[in-house]
Amino acid sequence: MNDPLDRVQRIAARVAAPHAADVDAKARFPREALDALREERLLATFVPRDLGGLGCGIADLAAMCTALSQQCASTGMVFAMHQIQVACLVRHGLTSPFFRQYLQDLARDQGLIASVTSEVGVGGDTRTSVCAVERAGGRFTLNKDATTISYGQHADALLVTARRDPEAPGGDQVLVLLRKTDYTIAQTTSWDTLGMRGTCSPGFKMLSSGAEEQIVPGSFADSSSQTMVPFSHILWSGVWLGIAADAVARASAFVSAQARQKPGQLPPTALRLAELSAKLQSMRANVHDVTAECDTLLKSPEGNEALLTMGFALKMNNLKISCSELVAEIVHKALLICGIMGYKNDSDFSLGRQLRDAHSAALMIGNDRIYAKNASMLMVFKNR
Amino acid sequence: MTERIRNILKEHGRLSKDAATLPEDADLYQAGMTSHASVNVMLAIEGTFNIEFPDSMLKRSVFESIAAIRAAVEQLTAGG
Repeated sequence: MNDPLDRVQRIAARVAAPHAADVDAKARFPREALDALREERLLATFVPRDLGGLGCGIADLAAMCTALSQQCASTGMVFAMHQIQVACLVRHGLTSPFFRQYLQDLARDQGLIASVTSEVGVGGDTRTSVCAVERAGGRFTLNKDATTISYGQHADALLVTARRDPEAPGGDQVLVLLRKTDYTIAQTTSWDTLGMRGTCSPGFKMLSSGAEEQIVPGSFADSSSQTMVPFSHILWSGVWLGIAADAVARASAFVSAQARQKPGQLPPTALRLAELSAKLQSMRANVHDVTAECDTLLKSPEGNEALLTMGFALKMNNLKISCSELVAEIVHKALLICGIMGYKNDSDFSLGRQLRDAHSAALMIGNDRIYAKNASMLMVFKNR
Repeated sequence: MTERIRNILKEHGRLSKDAATLPEDADLYQAGMTSHASVNVMLAIEGTFNIEFPDSMLKRSVFESIAAIRAAVEQLTAGG
């Protein structure tokens, strides 16, 4: 039971599952599950072993996101978003003594990092910022009006996108790490949503200052293509796969119960379950295939160069679009199988939370925005 | 060739600086070129020089400066 994935699965079943309904009903942070992950040192899963972390890879992370989300998708998504931030620091910060030390501290203290990419005025376009880093005498100030900061109130640190300096165009961005003592946030909007309620993601006005060494080396253009986008789309897809697998498991249990009542007769829902099984398999295959390819690319310099190509960006975007559409379809079809028992909030086959959570997928970076980017790239991409 | 590249950037690059006087090694993205604008620059270069960028060359670094674009065009026209 020392395998990190086993530990995550145990936490999912024993801690995330019993609190999932309450987290959803109250739109509250899944603190029990996050505390359990912290205690098992699973917030430093992607931190290299020589810095005190577990040294896991992206495929391990995706499997963990799936395992958590089969029980509580809010927990899975918080875990996913934190690991995406850690990955950005591990993959782009290790040349800096400050970030090496920070990651060692993170492995010891198991701090939770939230992402601040959204901003009033640019919406969900992560590759454009309005706010800018203003430097003076080795220090900086950075203020941002964020449309959403997931688990902002519960985080120990923020990773923020901003223009490199006040003269830089919107697309010339850097990543800035802020520790709890570097910033204040004031909530500006509410978080009473259909689903993913436990991620607690309202808007905030953020004020901060810090030392220049807290700016991640290099440019966000590269760290976005090489890390933030692939990790986001793969780990989110891992979360959605967990929701879909949960829904199919419930539908499967429902069909088995029907079949047991009249052995020898195929229940009318059995064909629909067979259809669902095929859909879930293709979703799983897509996630595993793209994750495995990315895992290989991440490990070599040539691979990291390939992460910057249009072909890879298209593949990542296609994964996001396809899985976000499939999860909603699969949960909806599972609901049709379970019927009124799935529609009820208090039955063993209830699919309300899964259905509501699933519908967030197409909105997390709107699919139409991604389709538009792909449409633009496909004008020059030759597919050969 | 450099002049034609500058004209393409002027028309399609959406730069915040003058493409005619921009240093050859200046970062075009830092000069305001968005990824959407860069696709239009790629299309115009393919049309103007009658070349096709292979998929492996479709990445940010190949289009990051006037010098980088010229090197890419030279590479493709020399081979043809």
